[in-house]
Amino acid sequence: MVQSLEYLKETASQTAGPYVHIGLIPKQAGFDIFENNFTNIMADENTRGERIIIEGRVIDGTGTPLRDALLEIWQANADGRYNHELDRQNTGEIDANFRGWGRTGTDFDTAVYRFETIKPGVVTGRNGRDMAPHVNFWIVARGINIGLNTRMYFGDEQNANEADPVLNLIEQAERRKTLIATRDDSGAVPVYRFDIVLQGENETVFFDI
Amino acid sequence: MEFYQRDRTLQPAGYTPIYKTSVARSPRQAMLSLQGSLSETTGPVFGQHELGPLDNDLIRNYAKDGDPIGERIIVHGRVLDENNRPVPHTLVEFWQANAGGRYRHKKDTYLAPIDPNFGGCGRALTDENGYYFFRTIKPGPYPWRNYVNSWRPAHIHFSVFGSGFAQRLITQMYFEGDPLIKECPIVHVIPDEDAINRLIAPIDLNGSIPLDTIAYKFDIVLRGRRSTLFENRLEGN
Repeated sequence: MVQSLEYLKETASQTAGPYVHIGLIPKQAGFDIFENNFTNIMADENTRGERIIIEGRVIDGTGTPLRDALLEIWQANADGRYNHELDRQNTGEIDANFRGWGRTGTDFDTAVYRFETIKPGVVTGRNGRDMAPHVNFWIVARGINIGLNTRMYFGDEQNANEADPVLNLIEQAERRKTLIATRDDSGAVPVYRFDIVLQGENETVFFDI
Repeated sequence: MEFYQRDRTLQPAGYTPIYKTSVARSPRQAMLSLQGSLSETTGPVFGQHELGPLDNDLIRNYAKDGDPIGERIIVHGRVLDENNRPVPHTLVEFWQANAGGRYRHKKDTYLAPIDPNFGGCGRALTDENGYYFFRTIKPGPYPWRNYVNSWRPAHIHFSVFGSGFAQRLITQMYFEGDPLIKECPIVHVIPDEDAINRLIAPIDLNGSIPLDTIAYKFDIVLRGRRSTLFENRLEGN
């Protein structure tokens, strides 16, 4: 017998189920229990950066939007800094008024999710290569056995997107489009529309991170 | 520091026909393997000031005119990583059905009654040793639409963050001795018997409060961080 590697094993994932709202967004489940709730409003009046709305749907393999999905996003601030001790980039500042994380459910009626946040800056990626501005998504729901990770990029950052080291890892150039949100400037606050397709034609690129 | 590669042989696949809802909700293309950058190795940080004093007491945090019906239990354990190191100050959230197997949720229409004194959710931050605990009542099993006669074993849902977004995990804790565990399609999407057994919490008499509350112990393991041997910082030097 060789020596043993004394690593533990990661706990197995299980679906968040149809009632995920109870635990993570109880107001959507229909009751009020916590004094402080985690929400989809990520910026306050003191947060630096351009106010944006991100909205879209999560669509299954039959073309039906999910009305019971839960989404979380994690992003850098307007300077491209993550509010985390391991971000030691020497460009820009941490924004004390921006955690960079939000959570919401798709609406039971409209199936639309929505985040109110700010547009992130450029983050330095591996080997010092810049990553285009992007938002990291994590999606769970009934029928999803293990959380799905993807990224949203910004349609008005064409040059940065074309140079992005992660988008360029996607072999089929056509599939890169599944990660790029379109900007709509018709309202008071710009809206980026980002639909996530779980399966089938135009299936979103998901990452094993 | 990035994370060890996730061991997919211990994790459920997306497409698992025994759990019917997964069929239309699972990607068919291969996921793109991505080495860690700051976007994956960092994650949100939470503070104790964001939680209320009763957030980890499900017996009291929604009580209106008395205690909820059911077996009083404590669930406690540690959040560790694959290096067997504690994950301190991380947010753990939990939710569950009441003793009759009914959720306080506008979409749950099961026959069993809502308990007016039970909300069914709570949350805690782990301490510096990765330790968490909460008090609740034992949830009941309930039927669900998979096969016509499918029943979920009693379970508590857990959501855990860790220190990086790549560690984000949702799972379910089951109870030692529950005969429904071996029948459950959702349990059996996990392809490894030992990995299933690690979701089953044993009774912990030493952690119990005599004449008051019985304890179950449930440790959760998140992915480990790789030490940076001979490596530059991810974001460059």
